[in-house]
Amino acid sequence: MAWKNGWKAACGALLMLAALSPSPAPAQVPDDVLVVGQIAEPKSLDPHAVTATNDFRILMNLYDGLVRFRSGTLEIEPALAEKWEISPDGKTYTFTLRRGVKFHDGTPFDAEAVKFNFDRMLDDKHPQHDTGPFPLAFFFSAVERTEAADPRTVVFHLKEPYAPLLSNLAYPTGLIVSPEAVRKGGKDYGRKPVGTGAYRFTEWQSNTKVVVERNPDYWNGAPKLQAVIFRPLTDANTRLTELLAGGLDLMVEVPPDAVDLLGKAGGFKLHEQAGPHLWFLILNTREGPFKDVRVRQAINYAIDKEALVKGVLQGTATVADSIVPAAFEWAHDDKLQPYPHDPDRARALLREAGAEGAELKFLVAEGGSGMLAPVPMATAIQADLAKVGLKVTIQTYEWNTYLGLVNQGLAGKGDMAEMAWMTNDPDTLPFLTLRTEALPENGGFNSGYYSNPEIDKLLLQARQSTDRDARAELYRQVQRIVREDAPWAFVANWKQNAVTTERVQGFELQPSFLLNLAHVSKAAQ
Amino acid sequence: MLSYALRRLAMIVPVLLGISVIVFLIMAMIPGDPALAILGSFATPENTAQLRQDLGLDRPLIEQYVVWLGNLLQGDFGRSYSLNRPVLDEVIERLGPTLLLAGASLILCTILGLAAGVVSAVRQYGWQDKALTLAVLVGLSTPSFWLGLILVLIFSVGLRWFPVSGMYAIYGGGGLTDLLHHLVLPAVTLAVVATGVIARLTRSTMLEVLRQDFVRTARAKGLTERTVILRHALRNALVNIVPIIGIQTGFVLGGAVYIETVFQWPGIGRMLVTAISTRDILLVQGGVLVVAACYVLINLAADLIQHMLDPRIGT
Repeated sequence: MAWKNGWKAACGALLMLAALSPSPAPAQVPDDVLVVGQIAEPKSLDPHAVTATNDFRILMNLYDGLVRFRSGTLEIEPALAEKWEISPDGKTYTFTLRRGVKFHDGTPFDAEAVKFNFDRMLDDKHPQHDTGPFPLAFFFSAVERTEAADPRTVVFHLKEPYAPLLSNLAYPTGLIVSPEAVRKGGKDYGRKPVGTGAYRFTEWQSNTKVVVERNPDYWNGAPKLQAVIFRPLTDANTRLTELLAGGLDLMVEVPPDAVDLLGKAGGFKLHEQAGPHLWFLILNTREGPFKDVRVRQAINYAIDKEALVKGVLQGTATVADSIVPAAFEWAHDDKLQPYPHDPDRARALLREAGAEGAELKFLVAEGGSGMLAPVPMATAIQADLAKVGLKVTIQTYEWNTYLGLVNQGLAGKGDMAEMAWMTNDPDTLPFLTLRTEALPENGGFNSGYYSNPEIDKLLLQARQSTDRDARAELYRQVQRIVREDAPWAFVANWKQNAVTTERVQGFELQPSFLLNLAHVSKAAQ
Repeated sequence: MLSYALRRLAMIVPVLLGISVIVFLIMAMIPGDPALAILGSFATPENTAQLRQDLGLDRPLIEQYVVWLGNLLQGDFGRSYSLNRPVLDEVIERLGPTLLLAGASLILCTILGLAAGVVSAVRQYGWQDKALTLAVLVGLSTPSFWLGLILVLIFSVGLRWFPVSGMYAIYGGGGLTDLLHHLVLPAVTLAVVATGVIARLTRSTMLEVLRQDFVRTARAKGLTERTVILRHALRNALVNIVPIIGIQTGFVLGGAVYIETVFQWPGIGRMLVTAISTRDILLVQGGVLVVAACYVLINLAADLIQHMLDPRIGT
């Protein structure tokens, strides 16, 4: 029957299609090119215009700041500035710039360039201010003006003493861009970035890759790798399968389940690093049961933090003991212990406060930056609190909505709320969230309305102190007081993780959560 | 027919205008503020207000829409604030990959769906029919995103026949072979459900047509079975099948949203997902308008083809 021929022809066509499949293997990625799996497409490669850690990972390799965090620490060391002096009143910072550094476009790096960078962000009359918005410019809001005293000297004049200035300069918002490139690129500068960093920008294919190549003239020694390719892989499963199939050398933010799987697959190295991250519950100290400090302490005793980080978070976090994460070695009070898990103590405190069987409304985010597993965490906490007789109702919100709601303060909305912060200086979190002046009605983040004049005073002193040891002592005092006052329930410090193939060498995660690839190499296959 | 085509084309304008109003309203209604999405945990009320002003979000919704529409009429789709580049650049860059993916899977599902449907109908209740009906049922009931993952696990991670994701090899990629190599898995995944729909419809339509008198006449004339089925029966059945294929276009374009996410295909679907989560209203508008225009145009083409197959159908 003729029909049979047609059937055969169709089968033939299918076979031909199938024959396409074991097609020529695509060009192998060479041994001196590193492929990094990112969690999203970068918004922009203009360091002053972005806020996401995901973007910072690329930026840190394209640019340098005046100062940087010493590898493996949160200590400040020189970068584009060789040295600096701080005036006794803490209001003038004089930086001496490194000699002979050039931007990737060949223009010289000098004091005028530094001034341009900060003027562009801070002065709304600057001709290139319209290349913003610059959402984190307030990191430098204490800067009154910058002055190029001579080509190698730049002076920052501050309105008031501001001790976190140096660590803010080490943060990606302090990276230095080429003024010439900004003038040429205008609003599109973020897609044609020019810095002084270990790698220079080559190409950006939307949603496919960002490629950077070795800067042979890098002042800190040219990198060994010829190029790095950053791939945006928004889907966690795709990121994992790419790594398994050999399409990635390095993957960041590996989900806990995948860590197990990769261990079994073999050929991979897991890197972990605790960072300046804190996951906590804001307690509403203005109204409801949490007005009483005993109830706030009871919550801290009732939550089984050890079980949370081991169970829900599968070991990807450590138990938090204080408002200053342990990653800030110099300012953290090592003598502080986390609240132990002690339900009997919690019940006793609740009884004393007359808050037995209290009903609590718990605001919970569905996701969000640094929030880890917000819903499973919330249900585990709900169960812990039920064991001491507290009835918790959970209300979940989409992340953006949640931020809008919680940042305006908890009054009338709930008794407690989840929150997470990643910071670069021990000052940032308490200064923005625990001072009386930072109440939501004053435009701050103190959503639980904690107010203690002693803390206000200590934080202000710490911010104005130019002596680091004196600052550290002040922060230790703050930590001790806040632990007793318990305006929050301290829960977890997240450990950032990454997986590399065994071929990747010289890679180290940083406590700053930033990604530095200048000294990474790849062994031959 | 030409005037019909022109009239239908003119209809696109009110359709797109309506869509743009709906999208604008939906984006305004869903909670969450683009300024908050940008600032993240650094969003103090003060910073947020400043950024909203910088982005022009503090103006009344109607004013925002009118400004947007006015610019659009001058060919300016606005600037995406999440990507910090012109919306049109991004949309054009992303449209090609989506059309390619959707086109490939539309061709796949048409060929395979018609073939399966015709074979099923001709061999009604035979083993081929039973096997194909079962296969179609399985295909129809398999969620595509899951199927995509399974195909990746088998053919990319396990057998390493196909790449896991992307459109070209990440290093030294490019060229038609590389593209086809990357296209196979996402196109097949996207085509599976639509193939099932077309196969089922083809089978029932063909069964109906094959019972009609003109088929018996054709057979009686001594035409070969092949000619009877392909020239006479299938051609008549196509009149009913073509509009369904047109509607599958909408399904395939919509399906591209999650298939593009699973396979990291740099298309407009994935762009929309990100744009919605960052509340990037201008990018959402631009993307939705272009996708809607494609959908309308392809359905118009389907109607015109139907008219050519059967001139009795009114135009």
